[in-house]
Amino acid sequence: MSDAIVSIRNVTKAFPGGVTAVDNVSLDIAQNEFFALLGPSGCGKTTLLRMISGLETPTSGQIIIGGEDMAFTPPNKRPTNMVFQSYAVFPHMTVEQNVAYGLKVTGVAPDEIKRRAGEALDMVKLTALATRKPDQMSGGQRQRVALARALVKRPKVLLLDEPLSALDAKLRDDMRMELTRLQETVGITFIIVTHDQDEALSMASRIAVMDKGAVQQVATPGELYEHPKSRFVADFIGKVNLIDARVHRQIGRKIDCELKGVGRMELASDGLVGGTVAVAVRPEKLKIATTEPASAIRVQGKVRDVAYYGDTSHVVIEAADGLDLSVNVQNDTRLGGSGVERGQTVWVSWAPEDSIVLTE
Amino acid sequence: MENWKQNPRVFWTLGMPPSLWLLAFFIIPLGFLFVMSFSDKAIVDGQVSITGYDYLTGFSNYIRAFDPLYLGIMWKSVWISALATALCLLTAYPIAFGICFAKDKWKPLLLLLVVLPFWINLLIRTYALIAVFRTQGYVNKILGWVGLGPYEMLYNNFAVIFGLVYVYMPFMVLPLYATIERLDKSYLEASLDLGGSQFQTFMRVTVPLTMPGIVSGIILVFIPCLGSFLTPDLLGGANALMIGNVIERQFKAANDWPFGAALSFLLMYATFGALALRYLFTLRSKGVDV
Repeated sequence: MSDAIVSIRNVTKAFPGGVTAVDNVSLDIAQNEFFALLGPSGCGKTTLLRMISGLETPTSGQIIIGGEDMAFTPPNKRPTNMVFQSYAVFPHMTVEQNVAYGLKVTGVAPDEIKRRAGEALDMVKLTALATRKPDQMSGGQRQRVALARALVKRPKVLLLDEPLSALDAKLRDDMRMELTRLQETVGITFIIVTHDQDEALSMASRIAVMDKGAVQQVATPGELYEHPKSRFVADFIGKVNLIDARVHRQIGRKIDCELKGVGRMELASDGLVGGTVAVAVRPEKLKIATTEPASAIRVQGKVRDVAYYGDTSHVVIEAADGLDLSVNVQNDTRLGGSGVERGQTVWVSWAPEDSIVLTE
Repeated sequence: MENWKQNPRVFWTLGMPPSLWLLAFFIIPLGFLFVMSFSDKAIVDGQVSITGYDYLTGFSNYIRAFDPLYLGIMWKSVWISALATALCLLTAYPIAFGICFAKDKWKPLLLLLVVLPFWINLLIRTYALIAVFRTQGYVNKILGWVGLGPYEMLYNNFAVIFGLVYVYMPFMVLPLYATIERLDKSYLEASLDLGGSQFQTFMRVTVPLTMPGIVSGIILVFIPCLGSFLTPDLLGGANALMIGNVIERQFKAANDWPFGAALSFLLMYATFGALALRYLFTLRSKGVDV
């Protein structure tokens, strides 16, 4: 990608003691993207972010920002700014001094500092609290200070390390929308690190799923959800039923396979003949019926558990061969509920095209 | 503490012995000295008595203390202590910083090295310094190899300041270490990330955020420096008298307890002044939760 603002090329970070936090990662992040690095804790996503900011040095590989190799550029000379997980808002400065800090140390003229700091505070709606000290503020407000402090520098790339993890649920939703709005208004590339798939799916324009220091898949949220490339991605993003299957033969672009506990069928895939694959089906794609449905893929089972979540109910159905299927049922009538009860024998069915064949 | 107060028997059982100890061996002698400072030696048969006193005769000892001779020594004590404290701070800060950023397994060992000198008696350490700095000492020997010296390094202000820095450095390192260790390193990273140079980060973020440790260290070093008498006595000789030496002489050689008591109380008031400054500082910097 030639218009990439951040280009990560074969970057590896090995810490002394033999831990390889980031293992040969290559990524291109385009101008104005809201890019998410998503993965479980310890997958190397934060280390990768810190290498982009310059706070960590890659063991090997190249990081190119805005067309320039950053190998010998210290963090204070990079066109990136970071919002730290702990916010790191200076406790000995007022909100305004915090926001002005980055301009002051780089010798911006005082009247321009005042104007830009004012604008930045306005943008995060903190103008009224400009003279407060951080210890008189809530976590959400401190985070806004951290955001304003980074954005006032007008970086090419804004880096956010788990920005929502320390906020309570209600505030998190507000901040999520606020971050999306900010990204659209300022037109700066955002790179966010998160372990929360909902956060990544709802905010990012593109997501890199990481595991054990390596990038597993880079795609848009919809693509990741509906077309995961591996068991890990399918399992990590959203809920999924993973069914083991044995491949008998390949027929064109389809495979003839035997799904454990379900039966033999043909599914679209370029899978390996004779190998085993996993078939993934999202719980909301499954249908429950009390009478045998006409669908090509159907399996009978016993309801083991019904969990009520208000808008949906999560039903677990025990089928043959120890296969457990999770089904999300929309509670779309007020008195109907999920329509099934524990112990009941029901039919579960889904459309063949909703099956994702995973070879990795 | 709340629970102790609710149970008076526990409170008194635990609180009484140390209180009595302090009363008997600190408060009462101090009160005695306080009275003494307003007294004069008795005149018996036209001669100054060796052991007798006329109690509560007035402020004559304090007035005598403001004699330019003594004021000069007090002033010298203050600036020597201030300089020694400043040098302690300048050397201790990098040491404390180094320990904080050392690997975890090395930290206890490095801290042990800092406090190790305490295991040796102060007198012996001071004599050891004499062995290092005297005219035929180790420093002059080494300088001699490159054709320099020998220099007279003992019995002057330099020797006293060096000795004070050497003796009191751990008192500076430990509080600094405690605050730097608790300092969230992401503040420093944030400063670098926002474009601050290493120097700017140090001056604008590290120093202000570790100020409580700096102030504690200054207090812990400055106050004992001000009252020290062994170091100036052995290393300074007659050329670098400090107020502690003068007080010691009043109680011993000069046998003038009233004047010695007055000087002691003046020194104590100066110490209170330093503590009051610290209190004012903590009031002002309440926002910093370090």
